Amino acid sequence: MGAVVALETLFNAGRVWKGRPTAPAASPQPTGHAMLDAALPSGGWPEAALTEILIAAQGVGELQLLWPTLARLSAAGERIVLVAPPHVPYPQAWQSAGVDLRQLSVIQAGERDALWAAEQCLRSGSCGAVLCWPQQADDRALRRLQVAAETGQTLAFAYRPLKEAINPSPAALRLAVEARPAQLRILKCRGGLAHSAPIAFAPGH
Amino acid sequence: MRWVCILFPQLALDAALRQRPEPDAALALLSGTPQRRVIQAVNAAARELGLRPGQSLTAAQALSKNFASAEYDADEIAHWQQFLAAWAYRFSSQVSLHYPRTLVFEIESSLGLFGPWPQLEARLRQELSELGFRHRIVSAPNPAAARVLANAYDGLAVTDLEQLRQALGRMPVERLGLPPGAATALSRMGLRTFAQLRGLPRDTLARRFDAGLLKHLDTLLGERSLALAFYQPPDRFDLRIELNFDVLSHQALLFPLRRLTSDLAAFLCGRDSGVQRFDLHLEHVELPDTLIKVGLLSAEREPAMLFELARGRLEQVQVPAPVRGVRLVAEDLPRFVPQHRELFDERPQQSLPWEQLRERLRARLGDEAVHGLRFHADHRPECSWQPVGDSQACPLLPGPRRPGWLLREPLALQEGAARILMGPERIESGWWDGGDVRRDYYLIETRGGQQGWAYRPVGEAGPLLLQGWFA
Repeated sequence: MGAVVALETLFNAGRVWKGRPTAPAASPQPTGHAMLDAALPSGGWPEAALTEILIAAQGVGELQLLWPTLARLSAAGERIVLVAPPHVPYPQAWQSAGVDLRQLSVIQAGERDALWAAEQCLRSGSCGAVLCWPQQADDRALRRLQVAAETGQTLAFAYRPLKEAINPSPAALRLAVEARPAQLRILKCRGGLAHSAPIAFAPGH
Repeated sequence: MRWVCILFPQLALDAALRQRPEPDAALALLSGTPQRRVIQAVNAAARELGLRPGQSLTAAQALSKNFASAEYDADEIAHWQQFLAAWAYRFSSQVSLHYPRTLVFEIESSLGLFGPWPQLEARLRQELSELGFRHRIVSAPNPAAARVLANAYDGLAVTDLEQLRQALGRMPVERLGLPPGAATALSRMGLRTFAQLRGLPRDTLARRFDAGLLKHLDTLLGERSLALAFYQPPDRFDLRIELNFDVLSHQALLFPLRRLTSDLAAFLCGRDSGVQRFDLHLEHVELPDTLIKVGLLSAEREPAMLFELARGRLEQVQVPAPVRGVRLVAEDLPRFVPQHRELFDERPQQSLPWEQLRERLRARLGDEAVHGLRFHADHRPECSWQPVGDSQACPLLPGPRRPGWLLREPLALQEGAARILMGPERIESGWWDGGDVRRDYYLIETRGGQQGWAYRPVGEAGPLLLQGWFA
């Protein structure tokens, strides 16, 4: 004891319960999924920060999780950059999800260049959201992305395999997307205690 | 009318010095036959070593060995004069190269844009110093007077005729730009200054000298106009820097590259154009040049950006032999349209516009690396998208759900690995272009809960081929 602990760190760590007389202000970056918004402390994606989306495999609704956000950003004229996506985005599907394809840019790059490109895009501040698929990103690479997202005031999303969940990560929010049963789990979130109960998430229905 | 004369007292030397990373090292410019090399010009450091113009090379080498030498090339001087004219073209449309090693241009009509003369003069001096050229600047009501006054003054600004008479009146006869014979004859007659010369009756002057003398005097006072041919900027940019040593790493090429790109930017500002494509030639001794093409998606002329892009391309090139020279050629110079910027940016101030970011990415990752996505009206999934430079809006087509991810190559699914949720949906198309497909598509779900889009060619019994993920 005796160590001075900043009040903010206690709040952020979620160790002090705070009575909330008023509802928190609406987040500037809602996810578009009401139940997820309700579970997140800021009511949406953490602003200007890295969000990690952990998926067991492709095709479990990981894009549908982001499509409402991307649609909202592209309608506002923000640029959306996919850095080294694993497959080709099917224009018709993205379009029918509401994403304006004119605002979408795809960057093809190798493993190392992809991290560089993602960092450049985040740092530049000219993009609304940057999506990347780091294959073997270590803690340092992710921290760089997080700092770049803060510098450029940009939303960053990194898709990683679910088995990375046991490793620590500097991301502000870590979400696991599970297929069986179809649900989301918040593994870590900055600014509040992680919502432990799974959130129902039914892609494509 | 107000004319500016910029005299470059050591144009050849400055041109040679600015191509060197250490401009303070001793340098001598040589000319003459191989048997008798003569020093034409020396810089301050070489002068301290005791070198003088007119010395023979052997005499100079007897004094010191610590100086570099370069060829004094008359073509090179003409080239740099052209370059400076291109630079000055930015300030005036009437730029003349009538006098050697000198620029003369009309400025009165441009002062409304560039501000009063002292301000513009400071700007001219600053830009010339940045480009690395020593200079003397004089402005006068007519070009001939400006040129003559530049022989004796630096920074003189003559505005009206009375001042001009006084300023010219003090000029010695030898410096009036007269033919040497006439100047000698006049000084032997005891005429020292222009004022004394003007005091003589015209008819006696006309009797003793040829008509050129009176004409020249009238031109100086603006009583007779001087016909000048004006400079027209060329439609291409071509600049070469020769290296005096073999360069093996790209680090050593960065200095000449920065010089080339900043010169290109100065040229583009003068022409009010941008550059969209330019070529870098790395010259080797015996092998053909290595060509590096630098392409941009929109016209640009920011020197730092041009340098960074060229550097990005240069760093990836492997050359077969040492480099002896660098050349920059720009053929395509479209009009420059400045970026539209918001007055109140929502983003932080250090933000980089998307256009510049895209160029930076392309410079490192390759021209094809950054693209948009366009929908192509075709039912075959593999034909329904096109990578394009700029994405375009596509019509929203009604129809069944399509997967968010499309696999580049269909993947054969193992028997029993997935169950069919929906289907089939038949896609039959492409009989006209040889890529005929007849497929039945199914919405499938794997045991892990992944939803995919798979097909089986009509009439075949093989495994389902996975073509997309409903991600």
